[in-house]
Amino acid sequence: MPKQPLLQFTGKSIYCAVADVHIDPWIPVGRAIITHAHSDHARWGSRHYLAHKDSEPILRLRLGRDINLQTVRYGEKFMINGVKFSLHPAGHIIGSAQVRVEYQGEVWVASGDYKLEDDHFATPFEPVKCNVFITESTFGLPIYKWQPQQQVMSEIDDWWAQNRADDKASVLMGYSLGKMQRILKNIQLQDAVIYAHGAIYTVNERLREAGFGLPELTLVTRETDRKLFKGALVLAPPSADGTTWIRKFAPYSVGYCSGWMALRGAKNRRAVDQGFVLSDHVDWPDLNRAVKETGAEKVYVTHGYTSIYSRWLNENGIEAAEVNTMYGNEDENEEEETVQDAAAGQDAYQEHKQELGGEVNADKDGF
Amino acid sequence: MKQFADLFMNLDRTNKTNAKVDLLKNYFLTASDEDKLWALTLFTGRRPSFKVNRTQVKEWAAEEAGIPMWLFQESYHSVGDLGETISLLLPRTSIGGSDKSLSEWFHYLGMLPGMTDEQKRDHIIQAWMQLSQHEIFVFNKLLMGSFRIGVSQTLVVRALAEATETDTNVIAHRVMGQWDPLGTTFEQLILDKGENDNASRPYPFFLAYPIEGDVADLGEASDWFAEWKWDGIRSQIIYRNKELFIWTRGEELSTEKFPELHFLSDVLPDGTVLDGEIVTYANGRPMPFNVLQTRIGRKNLSKKVLEEAPVAFLAYDMLEANGVDIRGLTQEQRRAQLEALHANVPAQGYFNLSPLIDFQDWQTLRHLHPQSRENIAEGFMIKRKAGTYQVGRKKGDWWKWKTDPLSVDAVLIYAQKGSGRRAELFTDYTFAVWGDDGKLVPFAKAYSGLTDAEIGQVDYFIKRNVLEKFGPVRTVKPELVFEIGFEGINESTRHKSGIAVRFPRILRWRKDKKAEEADSLASLREILGNYK
Repeated sequence: MPKQPLLQFTGKSIYCAVADVHIDPWIPVGRAIITHAHSDHARWGSRHYLAHKDSEPILRLRLGRDINLQTVRYGEKFMINGVKFSLHPAGHIIGSAQVRVEYQGEVWVASGDYKLEDDHFATPFEPVKCNVFITESTFGLPIYKWQPQQQVMSEIDDWWAQNRADDKASVLMGYSLGKMQRILKNIQLQDAVIYAHGAIYTVNERLREAGFGLPELTLVTRETDRKLFKGALVLAPPSADGTTWIRKFAPYSVGYCSGWMALRGAKNRRAVDQGFVLSDHVDWPDLNRAVKETGAEKVYVTHGYTSIYSRWLNENGIEAAEVNTMYGNEDENEEEETVQDAAAGQDAYQEHKQELGGEVNADKDGF
Repeated sequence: MKQFADLFMNLDRTNKTNAKVDLLKNYFLTASDEDKLWALTLFTGRRPSFKVNRTQVKEWAAEEAGIPMWLFQESYHSVGDLGETISLLLPRTSIGGSDKSLSEWFHYLGMLPGMTDEQKRDHIIQAWMQLSQHEIFVFNKLLMGSFRIGVSQTLVVRALAEATETDTNVIAHRVMGQWDPLGTTFEQLILDKGENDNASRPYPFFLAYPIEGDVADLGEASDWFAEWKWDGIRSQIIYRNKELFIWTRGEELSTEKFPELHFLSDVLPDGTVLDGEIVTYANGRPMPFNVLQTRIGRKNLSKKVLEEAPVAFLAYDMLEANGVDIRGLTQEQRRAQLEALHANVPAQGYFNLSPLIDFQDWQTLRHLHPQSRENIAEGFMIKRKAGTYQVGRKKGDWWKWKTDPLSVDAVLIYAQKGSGRRAELFTDYTFAVWGDDGKLVPFAKAYSGLTDAEIGQVDYFIKRNVLEKFGPVRTVKPELVFEIGFEGINESTRHKSGIAVRFPRILRWRKDKKAEEADSLASLREILGNYK
């Protein structure tokens, strides 16, 4: 009988049969290791969760306060059924981790989502040597080459400065978890009051409560005096685009932060005033660098340009195969969440707090 | 180049008409005359060919980027625009960009046609290395064309008129017709008092708006003319200085394509400009558009083609009489002049008046409207008797009242990604109806008709329901049903369905219908039978 691979792709998770552990499962399972708190990786309903400690505040916010969650530090080893696990920084968002799995001398690493550049908030990516590497490929095409972060941040600074001069509000859009904290850590805050949509405010408050160094944001409510928005910076999730909520900032300019802004088509389709090419995923050069640094002899390519990138690796002497997963729909999930947040309106934060009492089957002997 | 590249990117970014006009106007006020002329050349679709082979350019770019050709193609599929793909793939060698002006770059490109392939390659790569990413993109547009950034000629004319404080009609006229940036200057073309206007130059076409609401909203029926809206090629026939010119609405000089009309140079008085429709015509009546299609685009008009698809000109307006621009006269006055002219012209088989429909009240027209298709027309044109001949699409005096499109409910079976604005989305669809053997038969491709939100939803469905891939085409699980409208229908031996439809478009998404409930080939044949 051929040896069973250490990690398998079930279509609903990445599964380690020996340990009976699922990585980022899309269905409720017994034991789940979560690479990071984005909703296409962290799903509701599993009995036991394990994640990096920095993921805890957001996992509890999104999956329920009472989930059965065990946390670890980066590099901390833990054994399950004789399989050695550890989490390593992925640099994607706060708490994001690569999962290292070792059994009988063979090492696999599931990267989750990652980027190499230090964003000054998430712990920077560290390459992990392995035999088999599972990589994302969200931007796995040579057309994607990011500018250094500082350059993009200066573009945002300049755009805000110009809008201030024109007495316009600057509505800056991006994912509420990850992108927004990165922006707050890298732009010139000008000692100004920064306004935020409920979705972003909630995440920011939760992280601040947990002790992360982030500036205080001001929630936009129905009562907020519209005059205050003149020249102000307003942080909003992508789903706020085209809603009545955004009209209260008029006159305003919309800036949108995403790796997809690298393409004219995507930029024009969004019809934003300014597209900022800023992504928390690896670009083409870094993807190739990351793969190389693992020293892996076999690479599985998940969500993104899977077939293209695996072909490229095969042609360049690294055995690779494409894998279909459910990941990579951050966009849509972000939309779902924030639509709900928008519906909750100004009381988003309060409601979130109340909502989180949902029942979860807790089982003490999880991990 | 930086100035033009900025203009280009800014135009591309906004979809607000006024903002575009302001950007163009600002450019026309600040750029050098030489650059302005080249910009105008590009915006009016007159870019010269530099005799480069796109395949070669792709190969050179892939080589410079250090990637294999298949990966270049995949990148191109994702971006949807060749010039942009190249600009994203090339190594970023120049950050600051180039000091050369737009016209200097055109002169640089002008050296290409005489070069060997090897020299062309070096010449182009040299340029890429000097330019910033945005400039490479714009440079590629100069090199290989396809200049679609939502700037119509009307917009350019408006901006230019504002910048030079000249009447839009005058500017529109000056930028029309044949001119070449190497044979003229901005001064001569735009600013001179029109003495150099050459004889072939057509007037800008006056275009109608679709009628909104009920026809009676137009007011008194007696204030209006009505004609059939012919399904042919909108054309202007010019006879000046003993020379005949036939322009079609795409602003193409097509005199040679219609030999049947050449006799007009023997019968029209000098200084005549007529507006009308060229249609295929036999036995005293027009033939369907698909007959005309058999000869459009042909280089050689064989005897057979001329016999099977003879054309005639159906005139409905007169813009110049005895060398005088009479567009300022009323519709009624111009019609009278046209009729007088026509009465004096012999050999009338190929030159006919588009007849005025006799009607006393709107009710008469409403009764006649359903007969449009029998008359090989697409509905009515309604023209205000007191109206002048205006420039471009203007509301108020000319209205088109089209027939309702024919339609069937069809199933989405293939999808392909769009380009440009929609490069990452599946927006190009192929639709099928149920064949006699119970299988789906593709019958039409359609691109437009859905809102952006609907496109997003369809795209979401497609990405999760791909059955097979053939190059850029995806076979999609046959589940979504759409009502597909079309303007005409004909038998076709080239299509699997045996049927060809004209101007297919999506009328609406039938979320209420299952694939099994879509229409069949038999229903298409029934429409065909009624339509013939």
